[in-house]
Amino acid sequence: MSSHSSAPRRTSKWAHSPPEHRNRRAVLLRRAGDALLGLLLPVAVLVLWQWFGDAGRISPLLFPTPSVIWASFLWLLETGMLGESLGVSLARTAAGFGLGAGLGLVVGLAVGLSRVIERLLDSSVQMLRMIPHISVTFLFVLWFGIGETSKIMLIAKGSFFPLYIYTFLGVRNTDNKLFEVVRVLGYSRFKTLVRLVLPATVPGVMLGIRLSLAIAWVSLVVSEMMGSTSGLGYLMMDARAMSDTPIVFVGIALFTLLGKLTDMLVVYMERRLLAWRGS
Amino acid sequence: MSAALLEIENLNKSFRTDSKSVQALRGIELDVREGEFVTVIGPSGCGKSTLLRIIAGLERGETGTVKLSGEPIRGPGIDKGFIFQEPRLFPWLTVEKNIAADLSLRKPEVRSKVDELIRLVKLEGFAKAYPRELSGGMAQRVAIARALLRKPKILLLDEPFGALDAFTRAHMQEVLLDIWKHNGTTMILVTHDIDEAVFLGSRIMILKPRPGEIRGQIAVELSYPRKKASTAFQEYRYRVLREFERIDELAWGESGAGI
Ligand SMILES: Nc1ncnc2c1ncn2[C@@H]1O[C@H](COP(=O)(O)OP(=O)(O)OP(=O)(O)O)[C@@H](O)[C@H]1O
Ligand SMILES: [Mg+2]
Repeated sequence: MSSHSSAPRRTSKWAHSPPEHRNRRAVLLRRAGDALLGLLLPVAVLVLWQWFGDAGRISPLLFPTPSVIWASFLWLLETGMLGESLGVSLARTAAGFGLGAGLGLVVGLAVGLSRVIERLLDSSVQMLRMIPHISVTFLFVLWFGIGETSKIMLIAKGSFFPLYIYTFLGVRNTDNKLFEVVRVLGYSRFKTLVRLVLPATVPGVMLGIRLSLAIAWVSLVVSEMMGSTSGLGYLMMDARAMSDTPIVFVGIALFTLLGKLTDMLVVYMERRLLAWRGS
Repeated sequence: MSAALLEIENLNKSFRTDSKSVQALRGIELDVREGEFVTVIGPSGCGKSTLLRIIAGLERGETGTVKLSGEPIRGPGIDKGFIFQEPRLFPWLTVEKNIAADLSLRKPEVRSKVDELIRLVKLEGFAKAYPRELSGGMAQRVAIARALLRKPKILLLDEPFGALDAFTRAHMQEVLLDIWKHNGTTMILVTHDIDEAVFLGSRIMILKPRPGEIRGQIAVELSYPRKKASTAFQEYRYRVLREFERIDELAWGESGAGI
Protein backbone atom coordinates (compact mmCIF):
# COMPACT_ATOMS: atom_id res chain seq x y z
CA MET A 1 0.00 0.00 0.00
CA SER A 2 1.36 3.40 -0.93
CA SER A 3 1.67 5.78 1.96
CA HIS A 4 0.83 8.84 -0.13
CA SER A 5 -2.38 7.78 -1.74
CA SER A 6 -4.12 7.34 1.61
CA ALA A 7 -3.46 10.91 2.77
CA PRO A 8 -6.77 12.77 2.94
CA ARG A 9 -7.28 15.34 0.21
CA ARG A 10 -8.65 18.65 1.31
CA THR A 11 -10.69 20.90 -0.90
CA SER A 12 -8.68 24.10 -1.04
CA LYS A 13 -11.35 26.57 -2.08
CA TRP A 14 -11.36 28.33 1.33
CA ALA A 15 -7.87 27.38 2.34
CA HIS A 16 -6.59 30.96 2.57
CA SER A 17 -8.98 32.71 4.92
CA PRO A 18 -8.95 31.80 8.62
CA PRO A 19 -11.88 29.52 9.41
CA GLU A 20 -13.62 31.34 12.29
CA HIS A 21 -13.51 34.65 10.48
CA ARG A 22 -15.01 33.11 7.40
CA ASN A 23 -17.72 31.41 9.43
CA ARG A 24 -18.72 34.51 11.30
CA ARG A 25 -19.03 36.53 8.14
CA ALA A 26 -21.03 33.79 6.46
CA VAL A 27 -23.39 33.56 9.44
CA LEU A 28 -23.93 37.34 9.52
CA LEU A 29 -24.60 37.44 5.80
CA ARG A 30 -27.07 34.60 6.06
CA ARG A 31 -28.88 36.23 8.98
CA ALA A 32 -29.14 39.57 7.12
CA GLY A 33 -30.41 37.72 4.07
CA ASP A 34 -33.05 35.91 6.09
CA ALA A 35 -34.19 39.15 7.70
CA LEU A 36 -34.49 40.89 4.33
CA LEU A 37 -36.44 37.99 2.89
CA GLY A 38 -38.81 38.10 5.84
CA LEU A 39 -39.41 41.81 5.32
CA LEU A 40 -40.18 41.47 1.63
CA LEU A 41 -43.87 40.62 1.99
CA PRO A 42 -44.84 43.22 4.65
CA VAL A 43 -43.05 46.00 2.74
CA ALA A 44 -44.74 45.00 -0.51
CA VAL A 45 -48.14 45.06 1.21
CA LEU A 46 -47.48 48.51 2.68
CA VAL A 47 -46.36 49.92 -0.68
CA LEU A 48 -49.39 48.51 -2.49
CA TRP A 49 -51.68 49.74 0.26
CA GLN A 50 -50.30 53.27 0.04
CA TRP A 51 -50.50 53.21 -3.74
CA PHE A 52 -54.10 51.99 -3.87
CA GLY A 53 -55.06 54.57 -1.25
CA ASP A 54 -53.43 57.42 -3.13
CA ALA A 55 -55.16 56.29 -6.30
CA GLY A 56 -58.48 56.52 -4.45
CA ARG A 57 -59.30 52.86 -4.96
CA ILE A 58 -59.93 52.02 -1.31
CA SER A 59 -62.02 53.84 1.24
CA PRO A 60 -59.92 56.23 3.34
CA LEU A 61 -62.35 55.66 6.21
CA LEU A 62 -61.99 51.87 6.28
CA PHE A 63 -58.38 51.68 5.16
CA PRO A 64 -56.50 54.89 5.90
CA THR A 65 -53.17 54.76 4.10
CA PRO A 66 -49.92 54.00 5.96
CA SER A 67 -48.83 57.63 5.71
CA VAL A 68 -52.06 58.84 7.32
CA ILE A 69 -51.70 56.26 10.11
CA TRP A 70 -48.11 57.37 10.64
CA ALA A 71 -49.20 61.04 10.86
CA SER A 72 -51.84 60.11 13.39
CA PHE A 73 -49.21 58.20 15.38
CA LEU A 74 -46.96 61.28 15.42
CA TRP A 75 -49.87 63.45 16.53
CA LEU A 76 -50.68 61.08 19.41
CA LEU A 77 -47.05 61.11 20.38
CA GLU A 78 -46.77 64.91 20.37
CA THR A 79 -49.93 65.52 22.39
CA GLY A 80 -48.61 63.07 24.98
CA MET A 81 -51.78 60.96 24.74
CA LEU A 82 -49.84 58.00 23.47
CA GLY A 83 -47.27 58.02 26.23
CA GLU A 84 -49.93 58.29 28.90
CA SER A 85 -52.12 55.50 27.49
CA LEU A 86 -49.15 53.28 26.92
CA GLY A 87 -47.96 53.81 30.49
CA VAL A 88 -51.37 52.94 31.93
CA SER A 89 -51.65 49.82 29.77
CA LEU A 90 -48.15 48.64 30.56
CA ALA A 91 -48.71 49.11 34.28
CA ARG A 92 -51.91 47.06 34.12
CA THR A 93 -50.25 44.26 32.19
CA ALA A 94 -47.27 44.19 34.52
CA ALA A 95 -49.49 44.02 37.61
CA GLY A 96 -51.90 41.43 36.16
CA PHE A 97 -49.15 39.29 34.67
CA GLY A 98 -47.05 39.50 37.81
CA LEU A 99 -49.97 38.41 39.96
CA GLY A 100 -51.30 35.65 37.68
CA ALA A 101 -48.00 34.26 36.48
CA GLY A 102 -46.49 34.45 39.97
CA LEU A 103 -49.40 32.50 41.42
CA GLY A 104 -49.31 30.05 38.52
CA LEU A 105 -45.64 29.39 39.21
CA VAL A 106 -46.11 28.90 42.94
CA VAL A 107 -49.24 26.75 42.67
CA GLY A 108 -47.76 24.78 39.77
CA LEU A 109 -44.68 24.00 41.85
CA ALA A 110 -46.74 23.01 44.89
CA VAL A 111 -49.02 20.74 42.85
CA GLY A 112 -46.04 19.27 41.03
CA LEU A 113 -44.15 18.54 44.22
CA SER A 114 -46.94 17.08 46.33
CA ARG A 115 -49.38 14.39 45.33
CA VAL A 116 -51.71 15.45 48.13
CA ILE A 117 -51.85 19.04 46.89
CA GLU A 118 -52.29 17.72 43.37
CA ARG A 119 -55.33 15.69 44.38
CA LEU A 120 -56.68 18.65 46.32
CA LEU A 121 -56.28 21.30 43.62
CA ASP A 122 -55.62 20.03 40.14
CA SER A 123 -59.12 18.91 39.12
CA SER A 124 -60.61 22.20 40.31
CA VAL A 125 -57.98 24.23 38.48
CA GLN A 126 -58.55 22.22 35.30
CA MET A 127 -62.27 22.98 35.57
CA LEU A 128 -61.71 26.70 36.04
CA ARG A 129 -59.39 26.65 33.05
CA MET A 130 -62.27 25.58 30.83
CA ILE A 131 -64.32 28.72 31.59
CA PRO A 132 -64.15 30.79 28.38
CA HIS A 133 -61.89 33.68 29.19
CA ILE A 134 -63.86 36.47 27.50
CA SER A 135 -67.17 35.35 28.96
CA VAL A 136 -66.24 36.38 32.50
CA THR A 137 -65.25 39.92 31.54
CA PHE A 138 -68.68 41.35 32.37
CA LEU A 139 -68.71 39.50 35.63
CA PHE A 140 -65.32 40.93 36.57
CA VAL A 141 -66.56 44.45 35.77
CA LEU A 142 -69.63 43.80 37.94
CA TRP A 143 -67.56 42.47 40.81
CA PHE A 144 -64.58 44.75 40.71
CA GLY A 145 -65.99 47.86 38.96
CA ILE A 146 -64.48 49.52 35.92
CA GLY A 147 -61.41 50.62 37.84
CA GLU A 148 -58.01 49.02 37.78
CA THR A 149 -58.97 45.95 39.80
CA SER A 150 -61.21 44.30 37.20
CA LYS A 151 -58.59 44.71 34.49
CA ILE A 152 -55.73 43.45 36.58
CA MET A 153 -57.83 40.47 37.71
CA LEU A 154 -58.76 39.55 34.15
CA ILE A 155 -55.13 39.70 33.02
CA ALA A 156 -54.10 37.70 36.10
CA LYS A 157 -56.72 35.05 35.41
CA GLY A 158 -55.51 34.66 31.84
CA SER A 159 -51.81 34.55 32.78
CA PHE A 160 -52.28 32.02 35.56
CA PHE A 161 -53.14 28.87 33.60
CA PRO A 162 -50.30 28.44 31.09
CA LEU A 163 -47.67 28.99 33.73
CA TYR A 164 -49.49 26.72 36.15
CA ILE A 165 -49.70 23.89 33.64
CA TYR A 166 -46.18 24.11 32.29
CA THR A 167 -44.58 24.50 35.72
CA PHE A 168 -46.51 21.45 36.92
CA LEU A 169 -45.45 19.47 33.83
CA GLY A 170 -41.88 20.67 34.22
CA VAL A 171 -41.68 19.36 37.78
CA ARG A 172 -43.21 16.04 36.82
CA ASN A 173 -40.98 15.60 33.79
CA THR A 174 -37.83 15.74 35.89
CA ASP A 175 -35.79 12.72 34.83
CA ASN A 176 -36.48 9.92 37.31
CA LYS A 177 -32.99 8.54 36.81
CA LEU A 178 -31.54 11.77 38.17
CA PHE A 179 -33.48 11.28 41.41
CA GLU A 180 -31.43 8.12 41.95
CA VAL A 181 -28.26 10.06 41.22
CA VAL A 182 -28.98 12.67 43.88
CA ARG A 183 -29.78 9.94 46.39
CA VAL A 184 -26.37 8.43 45.73
CA LEU A 185 -24.85 11.91 46.05
CA GLY A 186 -26.52 12.22 49.43
CA TYR A 187 -28.73 15.26 48.64
CA SER A 188 -31.24 16.30 51.27
CA ARG A 189 -34.86 16.93 50.23
CA PHE A 190 -34.17 20.64 50.11
CA LYS A 191 -31.06 20.21 47.97
CA THR A 192 -32.98 17.89 45.66
CA LEU A 193 -35.58 20.62 45.20
CA VAL A 194 -33.14 23.45 44.61
CA ARG A 195 -30.49 21.60 42.62
CA LEU A 196 -32.53 19.08 40.67
CA VAL A 197 -36.24 19.84 40.46
CA LEU A 198 -36.05 23.61 39.97
CA PRO A 199 -33.40 23.58 37.22
CA ALA A 200 -35.26 20.75 35.49
CA THR A 201 -38.43 22.87 35.57
CA VAL A 202 -36.92 25.97 33.94
CA PRO A 203 -37.69 24.93 30.31
CA GLY A 204 -41.36 24.37 31.20
CA VAL A 205 -41.51 27.67 33.06
CA MET A 206 -40.06 29.58 30.11
CA LEU A 207 -42.63 28.07 27.76
CA GLY A 208 -45.35 28.91 30.29
CA ILE A 209 -44.16 32.53 30.49
CA ARG A 210 -44.37 32.94 26.72
CA LEU A 211 -47.91 31.60 26.55
CA SER A 212 -48.98 33.56 29.64
CA LEU A 213 -47.64 36.79 28.18
CA ALA A 214 -49.57 36.29 24.96
CA ILE A 215 -52.79 35.80 26.94
CA ALA A 216 -51.96 38.80 29.13
CA TRP A 217 -51.95 41.12 26.10
CA VAL A 218 -55.24 39.74 24.80
CA SER A 219 -56.80 40.17 28.24
CA LEU A 220 -55.55 43.73 28.42
CA VAL A 221 -57.16 44.67 25.11
CA VAL A 222 -60.44 42.99 26.02
CA SER A 223 -60.63 44.58 29.46
CA GLU A 224 -59.77 48.05 28.18
CA MET A 225 -62.33 47.84 25.40
CA MET A 226 -65.13 46.55 27.64
CA GLY A 227 -65.12 49.36 30.11
CA SER A 228 -62.33 51.77 30.68
CA THR A 229 -61.45 55.44 30.72
CA SER A 230 -57.77 55.10 30.04
CA GLY A 231 -55.19 52.97 28.29
CA LEU A 232 -54.42 51.99 24.73
CA GLY A 233 -57.59 49.94 24.38
CA TYR A 234 -59.68 52.89 25.55
CA LEU A 235 -57.89 55.13 23.04
CA MET A 236 -58.94 52.73 20.30
CA MET A 237 -62.57 52.49 21.49
CA ASP A 238 -62.80 56.24 21.76
CA ALA A 239 -61.36 56.69 18.27
CA ARG A 240 -63.79 54.12 16.90
CA ALA A 241 -66.70 56.06 18.35
CA MET A 242 -65.37 59.18 16.59
CA SER A 243 -64.77 57.15 13.41
CA ASP A 244 -61.09 58.08 13.69
CA THR A 245 -59.89 54.87 12.04
CA PRO A 246 -56.20 55.81 11.78
CA ILE A 247 -55.94 55.78 15.60
CA VAL A 248 -57.51 52.33 15.68
CA PHE A 249 -54.78 51.19 13.33
CA VAL A 250 -52.12 52.83 15.48
CA GLY A 251 -53.50 50.90 18.46
CA ILE A 252 -53.46 47.60 16.60
CA ALA A 253 -49.90 48.18 15.43
CA LEU A 254 -48.76 49.07 18.93
CA PHE A 255 -50.34 45.99 20.51
CA THR A 256 -48.71 43.84 17.88
CA LEU A 257 -45.36 45.46 18.48
CA LEU A 258 -45.63 45.16 22.26
CA GLY A 259 -46.54 41.49 22.01
CA LYS A 260 -43.67 40.81 19.66
CA LEU A 261 -41.16 42.76 21.77
CA THR A 262 -42.02 41.03 25.04
CA ASP A 263 -41.95 37.67 23.29
CA MET A 264 -38.50 38.46 21.92
CA LEU A 265 -37.38 39.39 25.40
CA VAL A 266 -38.53 36.04 26.76
CA VAL A 267 -36.89 34.18 23.87
CA TYR A 268 -33.66 36.03 24.64
CA MET A 269 -33.89 35.08 28.31
CA GLU A 270 -34.65 31.52 27.30
CA ARG A 271 -31.52 31.39 25.12
CA ARG A 272 -29.37 32.59 27.97
CA LEU A 273 -30.91 30.39 30.67
CA LEU A 274 -31.16 27.31 28.50
CA ALA A 275 -27.83 27.56 26.70
CA TRP A 276 -27.16 23.99 27.83
CA ARG A 277 -29.84 22.67 25.50
CA GLY A 278 -28.08 23.96 22.41
CA SER A 279 -29.92 25.52 19.50
CA MET B 1 -5.29 -9.96 58.22
CA SER B 2 -7.76 -7.12 58.64
CA ALA B 3 -11.52 -7.57 58.30
CA ALA B 4 -13.09 -7.13 54.88
CA LEU B 5 -14.28 -3.69 53.80
CA LEU B 6 -17.54 -5.11 52.49
CA GLU B 7 -19.16 -8.14 54.10
CA ILE B 8 -22.25 -9.78 52.66
CA GLU B 9 -23.74 -12.71 54.51
CA ASN B 10 -26.60 -14.90 53.35
CA LEU B 11 -28.26 -12.10 51.39
CA ASN B 12 -31.66 -12.86 49.89
CA LYS B 13 -33.93 -10.65 47.84
CA SER B 14 -37.12 -11.26 45.98
CA PHE B 15 -39.42 -8.93 44.12
CA ARG B 16 -43.15 -9.32 44.45
CA THR B 17 -45.41 -8.25 41.64
CA ASP B 18 -49.19 -8.61 41.73
CA SER B 19 -49.22 -12.14 40.39
CA LYS B 20 -45.96 -13.73 41.48
CA SER B 21 -42.71 -13.27 43.30
CA VAL B 22 -39.29 -13.48 41.67
CA GLN B 23 -36.30 -14.48 43.75
CA ALA B 24 -33.59 -12.19 42.42
CA LEU B 25 -30.82 -13.18 44.85
CA ARG B 26 -30.36 -16.25 47.03
CA GLY B 27 -27.78 -16.92 49.71
CA ILE B 28 -25.19 -14.44 48.51
CA GLU B 29 -21.92 -14.57 50.47
CA LEU B 30 -19.25 -12.09 49.49
CA ASP B 31 -16.33 -10.40 51.22
CA VAL B 32 -14.41 -7.66 49.49
CA ARG B 33 -11.11 -6.45 50.89
CA GLU B 34 -9.97 -2.88 50.71
CA GLY B 35 -8.30 -2.07 47.38
CA GLU B 36 -9.74 -5.09 45.59
CA PHE B 37 -11.17 -4.91 42.08
CA VAL B 38 -14.02 -7.41 41.89
CA THR B 39 -15.79 -8.03 38.61
CA VAL B 40 -19.22 -9.68 38.58
CA ILE B 41 -20.36 -11.49 35.49
CA GLY B 42 -23.48 -13.45 34.68
CA PRO B 43 -26.32 -13.73 32.18
CA SER B 44 -29.10 -11.16 31.97
CA GLY B 45 -31.55 -11.24 34.84
CA CYS B 46 -29.31 -13.04 37.30
CA GLY B 47 -29.53 -10.21 39.81
CA LYS B 48 -26.25 -8.35 39.19
CA SER B 49 -27.86 -4.92 39.28
CA THR B 50 -29.95 -5.88 42.28
CA LEU B 51 -26.83 -6.94 44.18
CA LEU B 52 -25.05 -3.67 43.36
CA ARG B 53 -28.10 -1.58 44.22
CA ILE B 54 -28.39 -3.29 47.60
CA ILE B 55 -24.73 -2.55 48.34
CA ALA B 56 -25.34 1.07 47.28
CA GLY B 57 -28.30 1.30 49.63
CA LEU B 58 -30.70 2.07 46.76
CA GLU B 59 -32.54 -1.15 47.48
CA ARG B 60 -32.94 -3.20 50.65
CA GLY B 61 -32.15 -6.86 51.03
CA GLU B 62 -34.79 -9.02 52.66
CA THR B 63 -32.71 -11.23 54.88
CA GLY B 64 -29.01 -11.38 55.53
CA THR B 65 -26.54 -8.66 56.35
CA VAL B 66 -24.58 -6.23 54.25
CA LYS B 67 -21.88 -4.28 56.07
CA LEU B 68 -19.46 -1.64 54.89
CA SER B 69 -16.52 -1.09 57.27
CA GLY B 70 -18.41 -3.14 59.83
CA GLU B 71 -21.52 -0.91 59.69
CA PRO B 72 -24.82 -2.15 58.24
CA ILE B 73 -25.82 -0.20 55.14
CA ARG B 74 -28.80 2.01 55.87
CA GLY B 75 -29.23 3.89 52.63
CA PRO B 76 -27.42 5.54 49.76
CA GLY B 77 -24.63 8.01 50.44
CA ILE B 78 -21.39 9.42 49.14
CA ASP B 79 -19.26 6.68 50.74
CA LYS B 80 -20.71 4.30 48.13
CA GLY B 81 -20.09 5.70 44.65
CA PHE B 82 -22.39 4.39 41.93
CA ILE B 83 -21.89 4.48 38.18
CA PHE B 84 -24.99 3.62 36.18
CA GLN B 85 -25.00 2.23 32.68
CA GLU B 86 -25.91 5.71 31.39
CA PRO B 87 -23.81 8.67 32.59
CA ARG B 88 -26.82 10.44 34.15
CA LEU B 89 -25.27 13.91 34.20
CA PHE B 90 -27.19 17.07 35.00
CA PRO B 91 -27.75 18.44 31.48
CA TRP B 92 -27.83 22.07 32.67
CA LEU B 93 -24.41 21.92 34.33
CA THR B 94 -21.00 22.10 32.69
CA VAL B 95 -18.53 19.25 33.10
CA GLU B 96 -16.76 20.83 36.07
CA LYS B 97 -20.03 21.75 37.77
CA ASN B 98 -21.38 18.25 37.20
CA ILE B 99 -18.33 16.87 38.94
CA ALA B 100 -18.62 19.34 41.80
CA ALA B 101 -22.44 18.89 41.95
CA ASP B 102 -23.44 20.22 45.37
CA LEU B 103 -19.93 21.32 46.29
CA SER B 104 -18.86 24.86 45.49
CA LEU B 105 -16.10 25.34 42.93
CA ARG B 106 -15.31 28.60 44.68
CA LYS B 107 -13.75 26.63 47.50
CA PRO B 108 -10.08 26.26 46.61
CA GLU B 109 -9.84 22.67 47.83
CA VAL B 110 -12.84 21.63 45.70
CA ARG B 111 -11.48 23.57 42.72
CA SER B 112 -8.09 21.89 42.84
CA LYS B 113 -9.55 18.43 43.41
CA VAL B 114 -11.95 18.85 40.47
CA ASP B 115 -9.10 20.02 38.23
CA GLU B 116 -7.04 17.04 39.30
CA LEU B 117 -9.92 14.64 38.56
CA ILE B 118 -10.51 16.21 35.15
CA ARG B 119 -6.88 15.40 34.39
CA LEU B 120 -7.21 11.91 35.84
CA VAL B 121 -10.18 11.04 33.61
CA LYS B 122 -8.48 12.74 30.65
CA LEU B 123 -11.00 15.51 30.04
CA GLU B 124 -8.64 18.49 29.93
CA GLY B 125 -10.15 21.27 27.84
CA PHE B 126 -13.73 20.13 28.41
CA ALA B 127 -14.27 21.61 31.88
CA LYS B 128 -16.70 24.21 30.54
CA ALA B 129 -18.50 21.96 28.05
CA TYR B 130 -22.12 20.90 28.52
CA PRO B 131 -23.08 17.18 28.56
CA ARG B 132 -24.72 17.42 25.13
CA GLU B 133 -21.30 18.25 23.67
CA LEU B 134 -19.71 15.06 25.02
CA SER B 135 -19.47 11.58 23.54
CA GLY B 136 -20.82 8.65 25.55
CA GLY B 137 -17.38 7.69 26.81
CA MET B 138 -16.52 11.24 27.87
CA ALA B 139 -19.82 11.62 29.70
CA GLN B 140 -19.22 8.38 31.56
CA ARG B 141 -15.79 9.65 32.62
CA VAL B 142 -17.47 12.76 34.04
CA ALA B 143 -19.77 10.49 36.04
CA ILE B 144 -16.76 8.59 37.36
CA ALA B 145 -15.01 11.82 38.35
CA ARG B 146 -18.19 12.99 40.10
CA ALA B 147 -18.21 9.82 42.19
CA LEU B 148 -14.48 9.93 42.91
CA LEU B 149 -14.57 13.53 44.16
CA ARG B 150 -16.56 12.23 47.14
CA LYS B 151 -13.75 9.81 48.01
CA PRO B 152 -16.05 6.77 48.23
CA LYS B 153 -14.95 3.77 50.25
CA ILE B 154 -16.19 1.65 47.39
CA LEU B 155 -17.07 2.40 43.77
CA LEU B 156 -19.92 0.33 42.30
CA LEU B 157 -20.13 0.21 38.51
CA ASP B 158 -23.17 -1.36 36.84
CA GLU B 159 -22.21 -2.22 33.25
CA PRO B 160 -20.65 1.23 32.93
CA PHE B 161 -19.26 0.67 29.42
CA GLY B 162 -22.08 -1.49 28.08
CA ALA B 163 -23.38 1.19 25.75
CA LEU B 164 -20.00 2.11 24.26
CA ASP B 165 -18.35 0.85 21.08
CA ALA B 166 -15.48 -1.63 21.37
CA PHE B 167 -12.66 0.91 20.95
CA THR B 168 -14.07 3.40 23.41
CA ARG B 169 -14.74 0.57 25.82
CA ALA B 170 -11.12 -0.64 25.67
CA HIS B 171 -9.95 2.92 26.29
CA MET B 172 -12.33 3.34 29.22
CA GLN B 173 -11.10 0.11 30.78
CA GLU B 174 -7.57 1.49 30.71
CA VAL B 175 -8.69 4.81 32.21
CA LEU B 176 -10.46 2.92 34.99
CA LEU B 177 -7.39 0.80 35.72
CA ASP B 178 -5.28 3.98 35.90
CA ILE B 179 -7.71 5.42 38.42
CA TRP B 180 -7.68 2.24 40.45
CA LYS B 181 -3.88 2.19 40.53
CA HIS B 182 -3.68 5.91 41.27
CA ASN B 183 -6.38 6.10 43.98
CA GLY B 184 -6.57 2.53 45.22
CA THR B 185 -10.38 2.82 45.38
CA THR B 186 -12.10 -0.52 46.00
CA MET B 187 -14.26 -1.37 43.00
CA ILE B 188 -17.04 -3.77 42.09
CA LEU B 189 -17.85 -3.77 38.39
CA VAL B 190 -20.73 -5.65 36.82
CA THR B 191 -20.38 -6.68 33.20
CA HIS B 192 -21.67 -8.97 30.46
CA ASP B 193 -18.30 -9.02 28.78
CA ILE B 194 -15.89 -11.86 29.67
CA ASP B 195 -12.87 -9.96 28.34
CA GLU B 196 -13.74 -7.00 30.50
CA ALA B 197 -14.17 -9.18 33.58
CA VAL B 198 -10.77 -10.82 33.10
CA PHE B 199 -9.00 -7.64 32.02
CA LEU B 200 -10.06 -5.63 35.08
CA GLY B 201 -10.81 -8.00 37.93
CA SER B 202 -8.43 -9.18 40.58
CA ARG B 203 -11.31 -11.52 41.31
CA ILE B 204 -14.23 -12.60 39.12
CA MET B 205 -17.56 -13.57 40.64
CA ILE B 206 -19.78 -15.69 38.42
CA LEU B 207 -23.53 -15.45 38.99
CA LYS B 208 -26.21 -17.78 37.70
CA PRO B 209 -29.86 -16.84 37.19
CA ARG B 210 -33.21 -17.99 38.61
CA PRO B 211 -32.54 -17.57 41.45
CA GLY B 212 -29.45 -15.38 41.40
CA GLU B 213 -26.66 -17.24 43.12
CA ILE B 214 -22.88 -17.09 43.13
CA ARG B 215 -21.77 -20.02 41.02
CA GLY B 216 -18.07 -19.64 41.44
CA GLN B 217 -15.22 -17.24 41.74
CA ILE B 218 -11.89 -17.01 40.03
CA ALA B 219 -8.89 -15.11 41.38
CA VAL B 220 -7.03 -13.64 38.44
CA GLU B 221 -3.34 -13.88 39.17
CA LEU B 222 -2.06 -11.81 36.28
CA SER B 223 -0.15 -8.59 36.70
CA TYR B 224 -1.59 -5.35 35.31
CA PRO B 225 -1.72 -4.13 32.60
CA ARG B 226 -2.95 -7.37 31.12
CA LYS B 227 -2.46 -8.37 27.51
CA LYS B 228 -5.74 -9.58 26.04
CA ALA B 229 -3.95 -11.59 23.36
CA SER B 230 -1.66 -13.46 25.78
CA THR B 231 -2.11 -17.19 26.41
CA ALA B 232 -2.45 -16.65 30.15
CA PHE B 233 -5.31 -14.20 29.53
CA GLN B 234 -7.01 -16.69 27.23
CA GLU B 235 -6.68 -19.39 29.91
CA TYR B 236 -8.75 -17.26 32.27
CA ARG B 237 -11.32 -16.58 29.55
CA TYR B 238 -11.73 -20.33 29.06
CA ARG B 239 -12.15 -20.87 32.76
CA VAL B 240 -14.97 -18.31 32.89
CA LEU B 241 -16.56 -19.81 29.78
CA ARG B 242 -16.38 -23.28 31.28
CA GLU B 243 -18.25 -22.02 34.35
CA PHE B 244 -20.96 -20.65 32.09
CA GLU B 245 -21.26 -23.96 30.28
CA ARG B 246 -21.77 -25.67 33.59
CA ILE B 247 -24.54 -23.17 34.39
CA ASP B 248 -26.13 -23.85 31.01
CA GLU B 249 -26.04 -27.61 31.58
CA LEU B 250 -27.68 -27.15 34.96
CA ALA B 251 -30.37 -24.93 33.45
CA TRP B 252 -31.03 -27.48 30.70
CA GLY B 253 -31.13 -30.27 33.23
CA GLU B 254 -33.69 -28.45 35.34
CA SER B 255 -35.99 -27.45 32.50
CA GLY B 256 -35.57 -30.89 30.90
CA ALA B 257 -36.81 -32.51 34.08
CA GLY B 258 -39.83 -30.25 34.01
CA ILE B 259 -41.06 -31.37 30.60
N1 LIG C 1 -37.97 -3.43 40.66
C1 LIG C 1 -38.18 -4.71 40.31
N2 LIG C 1 -39.42 -5.23 40.39
C2 LIG C 1 -39.65 -6.52 40.04
N3 LIG C 1 -38.69 -7.36 39.61
C3 LIG C 1 -37.44 -6.91 39.53
C4 LIG C 1 -37.10 -5.56 39.86
N4 LIG C 1 -35.78 -5.37 39.67
C5 LIG C 1 -35.31 -6.55 39.24
N5 LIG C 1 -36.29 -7.47 39.15
C6 LIG C 1 -36.13 -8.87 38.74
O1 LIG C 1 -35.03 -9.40 39.44
C7 LIG C 1 -34.23 -10.19 38.59
C8 LIG C 1 -32.81 -9.66 38.57
O2 LIG C 1 -32.80 -8.37 37.97
P1 LIG C 1 -31.47 -7.53 37.76
O3 LIG C 1 -31.85 -6.25 37.13
O4 LIG C 1 -30.74 -7.46 39.04
O5 LIG C 1 -30.66 -8.44 36.73
P2 LIG C 1 -29.29 -8.15 36.00
O6 LIG C 1 -28.42 -9.30 36.28
O7 LIG C 1 -28.79 -6.81 36.35
O8 LIG C 1 -29.72 -8.20 34.49
P3 LIG C 1 -29.10 -7.39 33.26
O9 LIG C 1 -27.80 -8.07 32.96
O10 LIG C 1 -30.09 -7.60 32.17
O11 LIG C 1 -28.93 -5.98 33.68
C9 LIG C 1 -34.89 -10.19 37.22
O12 LIG C 1 -35.63 -11.37 37.10
C10 LIG C 1 -35.80 -8.99 37.27
O13 LIG C 1 -36.95 -9.26 36.51
MG1 LIG D 1 -28.48 -4.97 35.27
